[in-house]
Amino acid sequence: MGFDNAYEAIIEENDEARWAYGTGFTDPLAGLDTTVPSDVDGGDLAAYCLMLGDDALIASHRLQEWCTHGPELEDEVALANIGLDLLGQARLLLTRAGKADGTDRDEDAFAYFRAEGGFRNTRLVEAPNGDFAFSMARLLVFSAHRLALLDRLTDSRDPVLAAVAAKGVKEVTYHRDYAAGWVVRLGDGTSLSHQRMQDGLAALWPLVDELFQPHPVEHRLACAGVGVDPSTLRAEFDAVLAQILDKATLNRPTVDPAQAGGRDGQHSEALGTLLTEMQSVARAHPEATW
Amino acid sequence: MKTLTDPRAVAEKVTDPELPMLTLADLGVLRDVRTASDGTIVVSITPTYSGCPAMDAMRDDLVFALHTEGFTEVDVRVVLRPTWSSDWISDEGRRKLSAAGISPPGKANRRAAGPIPLTLGPTARMVRCPLCGSPDTELMSAFGATACRSLHRCRTCAEPFEHVKEI
Repeated sequence: MGFDNAYEAIIEENDEARWAYGTGFTDPLAGLDTTVPSDVDGGDLAAYCLMLGDDALIASHRLQEWCTHGPELEDEVALANIGLDLLGQARLLLTRAGKADGTDRDEDAFAYFRAEGGFRNTRLVEAPNGDFAFSMARLLVFSAHRLALLDRLTDSRDPVLAAVAAKGVKEVTYHRDYAAGWVVRLGDGTSLSHQRMQDGLAALWPLVDELFQPHPVEHRLACAGVGVDPSTLRAEFDAVLAQILDKATLNRPTVDPAQAGGRDGQHSEALGTLLTEMQSVARAHPEATW
Repeated sequence: MKTLTDPRAVAEKVTDPELPMLTLADLGVLRDVRTASDGTIVVSITPTYSGCPAMDAMRDDLVFALHTEGFTEVDVRVVLRPTWSSDWISDEGRRKLSAAGISPPGKANRRAAGPIPLTLGPTARMVRCPLCGSPDTELMSAFGATACRSLHRCRTCAEPFEHVKEI
């Protein structure tokens, strides 16, 4: 039986939409009740979804950059998997933002057609990858913070946020264990690996405080029972980090916090470079599907 | 005129795109099939992981299978709560996984109150080799070819194998 091209051989009759994961993406919240609770400000809820969604999106992009650069094939697979989980969380949250603010913008509109100043992620996630030790220090800090946050968010009065958080908790538990494993292995390893892990931690540490500084939007939504005040997560975060750093024979760095502002769209230079790459295909071929 | 079969029976036969030995029903991803008052078949599915890239393929496969059986109006919806757990994989699904050389998940951890515990060092969970049955196996990576699988090795028969993670 002859075929005109390779694709014809792998699809059945009337089957064009079924291979290679369909053509284009469907709204990941399709069929879900996305009504905003009546006493919640839609603009605030949208901004909050962007904060959580942008953190996940930009962290995911940095993890994906490790593909073909990882120390072992298994770690590239692990980092890609973690990136995929975070990308999934970002898709749900960005979609939620577009419903909450009433503009009905979809996930792609937020990810690919927003300028740098509109991104609300913290500066921690946008910093360049550095060496593997820096990236593992970042993944540990990010996932320890996010796990504590999502765990509290499962009680949110916004049913969509609560559902996204409940799924995310299970995923980020694996992420935190993975990062903690590497931080301990490197910290409690050779003198060289110990030094590089300590250096990575020290380089990262000025970016930690921003995660716990409540933005007015976070504060308002925490009061409304929808969001979480991040300053309330610090004690749990410190306890988890102390447990890991102790086992890794690493010292908690004592450094001054760096400039913050990511939640208000004030970013370091690194985000511009990242977005130029991440958005290039979508901007060169707007509205394209494949 | 062709007699339509039960839409639930049609949806239950659709297989997972990444674990094709399992149906979506075996996997616990198919949550509900009902016929709306206007005749539309409403199918509810839930993702295993937030980033599961197979969701769109599942949606297309369900629509395709139901269209093929004569159901013209099909609406596939996503439900996020309650969140999917590996505990929802049916006994039949577990048998099919083992037969395909993939170790089925054990019981997912029930979490106690308070902060989520940190796991440092090797986990105590026993994973049995699906090829020779030996309990003497080791974890190679908690992350595998898809979001739901981890990589293991059997110390008895030396074969590597995959395991569906507890979540």
